[in-house]
Amino acid sequence: MTWSLFWSNLANAVSLGSLYSLVAIGYTMVYGILRLVNFAHADLLMVAAYAAFYGVLVFRLPFAISVLLAIVLTAGVGVLIERRAYRPLRDSPRITAMISAIGVSFLLENLGLVLFTGRPKSFPVPGFLGASTDIAGIRVTNITFVIVFVTAILLLLLLYVIHKTKTGIAMRALARDFDTARLMGVDVDSVISLTFAIGSALAAVGGIMWALKFPQINPLMGMMPGLKCFIAAVFGGIGNVVGAVIGGFLLGVAEIMLVAFLPSVSGYRDAFAFIILIATLLFRPTGLLGEKIGEKV
Amino acid sequence: MSLLDIRHMTMKFGGLVAVDDFSLELNPGELVGLIGPNGAGKTTVFNCITGVYKPTSGQVVFNGRDITGMRPDLITRLGIARTFQNIRLFGSMTVLENVMVPLHWRLRSTFLEAACNTLRYPAEEREMRKKAMALLESVGLAPFADYLASSLPYGSQRRLEIARALSAQPEVLLLDEPAAGMNPRETQDLMEFIRKVRKDFHLTVLLIEHQMRVVMGICERIVVLDHGATIAHGSPEKISRDPKVIEAYLGVERHA
Repeated sequence: MTWSLFWSNLANAVSLGSLYSLVAIGYTMVYGILRLVNFAHADLLMVAAYAAFYGVLVFRLPFAISVLLAIVLTAGVGVLIERRAYRPLRDSPRITAMISAIGVSFLLENLGLVLFTGRPKSFPVPGFLGASTDIAGIRVTNITFVIVFVTAILLLLLLYVIHKTKTGIAMRALARDFDTARLMGVDVDSVISLTFAIGSALAAVGGIMWALKFPQINPLMGMMPGLKCFIAAVFGGIGNVVGAVIGGFLLGVAEIMLVAFLPSVSGYRDAFAFIILIATLLFRPTGLLGEKIGEKV
Repeated sequence: MSLLDIRHMTMKFGGLVAVDDFSLELNPGELVGLIGPNGAGKTTVFNCITGVYKPTSGQVVFNGRDITGMRPDLITRLGIARTFQNIRLFGSMTVLENVMVPLHWRLRSTFLEAACNTLRYPAEEREMRKKAMALLESVGLAPFADYLASSLPYGSQRRLEIARALSAQPEVLLLDEPAAGMNPRETQDLMEFIRKVRKDFHLTVLLIEHQMRVVMGICERIVVLDHGATIAHGSPEKISRDPKVIEAYLGVERHA
């Protein structure tokens, strides 16, 4: 492999890793607080992509505005899902909420199939993002840079929010010990709503950038990326935000490099992610950065 | 008027009566001890007051307001804070952050102001940090503000739990076996500390303890629970001579 090919693969890998990270954060934040795998999270990618699609092509809004609206809408959907599908089950066994999550996921996917039909739509990519730039002889599409840049900004902002703001302090307290946090005056419901809003907004950004990178959208587009981001979250240590980011990047890089260096096994690209999941669960169930989490009492 | 009035509170778990017809009035500024052997229902009383459990029957009235079965965070915000028998600090957070948890909701800025660190938030945040530091100062934990709570030695963790409860700015402080696991010397220091804190913060304190000796010197009144029922109530002198109390603790009366 030539160096230029390697570099362009690496750029590709880092941008894919960024997307995985953004979406993995939503899984890990919700799991950290509720001990719930929010399967519906994956479908928020689709919701965001379609919202942006309709904003631009049907409502004729400027691209930036419809992206912004799509993010807000997706955050709202995330909050609504928690309120209607998970909150009433908060005191039920965890498996009940998980089944509810799977139900919501199916609901969103099938609602998408009904509303948008199963036929893929081509996502409107603004000219600038679709163009490529030459850097030292390597051609990289602009969206690749944008993805990495936007992800970096959002991650820094998120870390700031979690570690330096009052909301972040309440979130971490809640993730650490639900009951004690409540007894210290933390309003559980509003913090959880906010957690879902943040996670869903990040998923929305991820979904829209996904659609810009692979400009074919369909109602099931969230499934595979969603599963992989969940794997990334487990791999990094579920419940740990930094772990999710690292897991996302490693998974993205590993996947692209696998295909680049071993083209003969490129068909197993998706299977590879699941092998990582199984290996993590077998050999390091807490993930790279996860701490041992006991059953909550 | 009493500050906290618990009226005929009963808590059943299935067939088990954990607390049976418990009544207690706390007057402003009092320090009352709640003692009893292990499993007597002391912590259940705390859980019912603070909203962790909704009592099966009976009422909890705070400042003239019925708070029975209210959400725990709202009860805390009204002015009842507590500590835990088994230390329940937010271990992966710093000492300072632990104390900031009960302060966070008092800030008026919105999430967006906080996320962008603009408008009201920077000033409010500084104020919150200052308050939290002052509190750590007053309990002698200021030098450890940036340590992880879990890295503190045991005795300091107990103090931090009290400091965290104090930062909720309560009128009533519920202490659940604060001296558990301490040697007599440490226990003595802790009781001094509680006495001081109560005076400095103008608190009304309800203190759970299962060693009777510990509370004798510090409480004005003592309530004794056994198997969920109140078996004695009165001054420390009266309690220490009460045959039912001695029986509950020792099984039989040893001293003639």
